[in-house]
Amino acid sequence: MKRLSQTIRDLWRDPMGRIGMLGILLVIVIAILAPMVAPFGPDKMVALPKAPPSAEHWFGTDYYGRDVFSRILYGARVSLEVGIIAVGIGATAGYVLGLIAGYFEGWVDRIIMCIMDILFAFPSILLAIFISAVLGRGIGPTMVAIGIVNIPVFCRTVRAAVISAKGLEYVQNAKSVGVKTGALLIRHISPNVVAPFTVQATLALSSAILTEASMSFLGLGIQPPDPSWGSMLSEARSIMEQAPWTAVFPALFIIVTILLFNILGDALRDVLDPKLKT
Amino acid sequence: MEHLLELRNVSIDLPKGKRKPPVKLVEGVDLSIRKKQNFGVVGESGCGKSITCSAIMGLLSYPLTIGAGSSIRFQREDGSEVEITSLPKSELRKLRGKDISMIFQEPMTALDPMYTIGEQINETLRFHTSLTKAEMYDTALEMLKKVKIPRPEQILADYPHHLSGGMLQRVMIAIALINNPRLLIADEPTTALDVTIQAQILDLMNELRESYDTSVIMITHDLGVIAETCEEVAVFYAGQVVEQASVDVIFHETAHPYTTGLLRSVTSLGGERKELYTIRGTVPTAGNFSAGCRFADRCEHCMEICKKAPPALTEVAPGHLCRCWLHAGEAEQADKEAAV
Repeated sequence: MKRLSQTIRDLWRDPMGRIGMLGILLVIVIAILAPMVAPFGPDKMVALPKAPPSAEHWFGTDYYGRDVFSRILYGARVSLEVGIIAVGIGATAGYVLGLIAGYFEGWVDRIIMCIMDILFAFPSILLAIFISAVLGRGIGPTMVAIGIVNIPVFCRTVRAAVISAKGLEYVQNAKSVGVKTGALLIRHISPNVVAPFTVQATLALSSAILTEASMSFLGLGIQPPDPSWGSMLSEARSIMEQAPWTAVFPALFIIVTILLFNILGDALRDVLDPKLKT
Repeated sequence: MEHLLELRNVSIDLPKGKRKPPVKLVEGVDLSIRKKQNFGVVGESGCGKSITCSAIMGLLSYPLTIGAGSSIRFQREDGSEVEITSLPKSELRKLRGKDISMIFQEPMTALDPMYTIGEQINETLRFHTSLTKAEMYDTALEMLKKVKIPRPEQILADYPHHLSGGMLQRVMIAIALINNPRLLIADEPTTALDVTIQAQILDLMNELRESYDTSVIMITHDLGVIAETCEEVAVFYAGQVVEQASVDVIFHETAHPYTTGLLRSVTSLGGERKELYTIRGTVPTAGNFSAGCRFADRCEHCMEICKKAPPALTEVAPGHLCRCWLHAGEAEQADKEAAV
C-alpha cells in the first residue's frame, strides 16, 4: 500500500499525470453528481426541438427538445459504468488466463494463447458486435461483450510479465525452499505483474468507452431513451446539418475523456516502469 | 544405500520438436555423494553443472527434461530412498527446502524485494513445519544468530535492499539450513561477493556443515574455493564429467588435459610474472559436439583417435576417474593384466 501512495505522488509530480488524474476525477465527479448538477432530466422534453445553445440550454436541445447538456452529464455515468465493468471483466479473466498460461507453459499455454490469438484476430468492434448479437441488446450484454473483447490484450500482458518474473532468481529461490504453486503465484510473481497490468487497464478503459460509444452509435449498445454519448451521436446523425451542437458536444466529451485516460495511462507507464526511471 | 545421493546415467534433454532427437545438455553423469561429504563440481559456464543440480532439486525449468534412463536416488531422513526423477510434484515440494536446499549465486537478487527478511525465512518454515508464529520468530532469530548476523531482531524486520551482499548471503544460508537439510546445494555461493567476504562465507559454511551434518555440493568455477572446502571433485566439461577424484589427487596427480588447463589458468600470488595461461577456443555448444572427444579441438595432446571416437570414463587409479584417451590405454592394459 505504501507503493500505491508513492505511485500517486509520482503521478502528481508529472504534469501530464496531473492533468490526467484531475481530468478523470472531474469526469467521475460529474458522473456521480449528474442527478444533482444536471439542470433538467435526461429524457424530459423541456424546450423546442433543435434549439441552439443558449443561456438556459448551454449545449442546445436535440430532436425531441431534450437538454443536451443534461443528457451528456447522465451519459457520463453510462460511459464510465460500462468502461469500468467491462474492463473489470476483461482484466480479471485476462489476468487469470495470463497467469496460468505464463506459469505453466507447454500445452496449457499453447491452447490458451491460441484462443487468445483467434479473439485478437478480429477487429474489436466487429467482435463486440458479434457477441452482443448473440447476447442481445442493452447495457448488460454490452458490458460483457466489451469485456470479452478485452481479455486477449490483458492475457498477453500478464503472460509476458509472468514469464519474465519466473526467471527471476528470487522466484527460483522461493521454489527451491518448497513454496506452493499458489503462494508462489500470488506472493512472488503477481507483484511483478501489477505495473504493466495497471497501465493496460487505464488504456483499456479509454478503448472500452470508445467501443461502447461505437456500439451505441450502431444501435446495439445503450437503448433509447437512456442517454449515452454514443447513442446521442447516433441520434444526432440525421439532424447534424440543422443542429450541429447535438453531435459536436457528445463527440467532444468522448474525445476529451479518452484523451484523459490515454494521458493518464502514458504517465502511469512512465511512473511504474523502472527502466524509464533515471 | 550407503550414499545420500546417487546419480546414475543422468542426462538432461532440450527437446527439439517431435521429429528431431533432443539435444543432450548433460549426458551420462554418475555421481555419488556420501553423508556429510563436501563435494565439489567445477567447470566453465554452460558446461551443465548448474542444470544438473536443478535436476537434483526437481527444478528443471521448461522446456528442459530429464532424459530417459536417468536415475537420481536420494536417501531421506528415515532411511527410505526416493527416486527424484519419478517423484510426484507434491512430494518433490516437500523435499525441497526440507531435505535438500539450495544457495544461489546472487544474494542481491535471490530474495524477493517485496518482503522482509523475517517473512522470507518464515516462508521456508511455514511449508515444512507446523510452528506457531511466535515459534517461527524464535527459530528465525536463532538461525540468524548462528550465521553470525549482528542485530538479528532488526534484520528480521529489514527488507533485502537494506542489507549488503555478504549479509544477504548469510541470510540465504540461514534460510537454506533452517530446516536442517541433509543436502545443501551451493551454486557459486561466493562468486558475487568480494574476496574478504568470500572467505568469511566459506568459513561459515564449513563451520555450519559440521554442526548440521549436512552434505554439500559446491558448484563453482573457482578452484580456490574447491581447494578450501571440498573433499571430492568432479570436473564437468560440455555436459560430461571428464575427471573425478579426491581434491588432493585432482590438484597433484591431474590426469585430464582440461583439468590441467584449468589449474594452469589460475593466478597465483608471489609466483614469477608471466602471461596467464588460457585454454584456446571455447566450449562447444550443446548439439555441436564432435564425434570424438568433446575437448579434442582445444586439447594440446590431441591424437588421431581423439577426433574419431569418444573416450569412456575410466578408472586410472583407485577412486580416480578420467575421460581421456591418454589414460584409456593404461586403464585397458591394467584391466587386461588384472584379467590374466
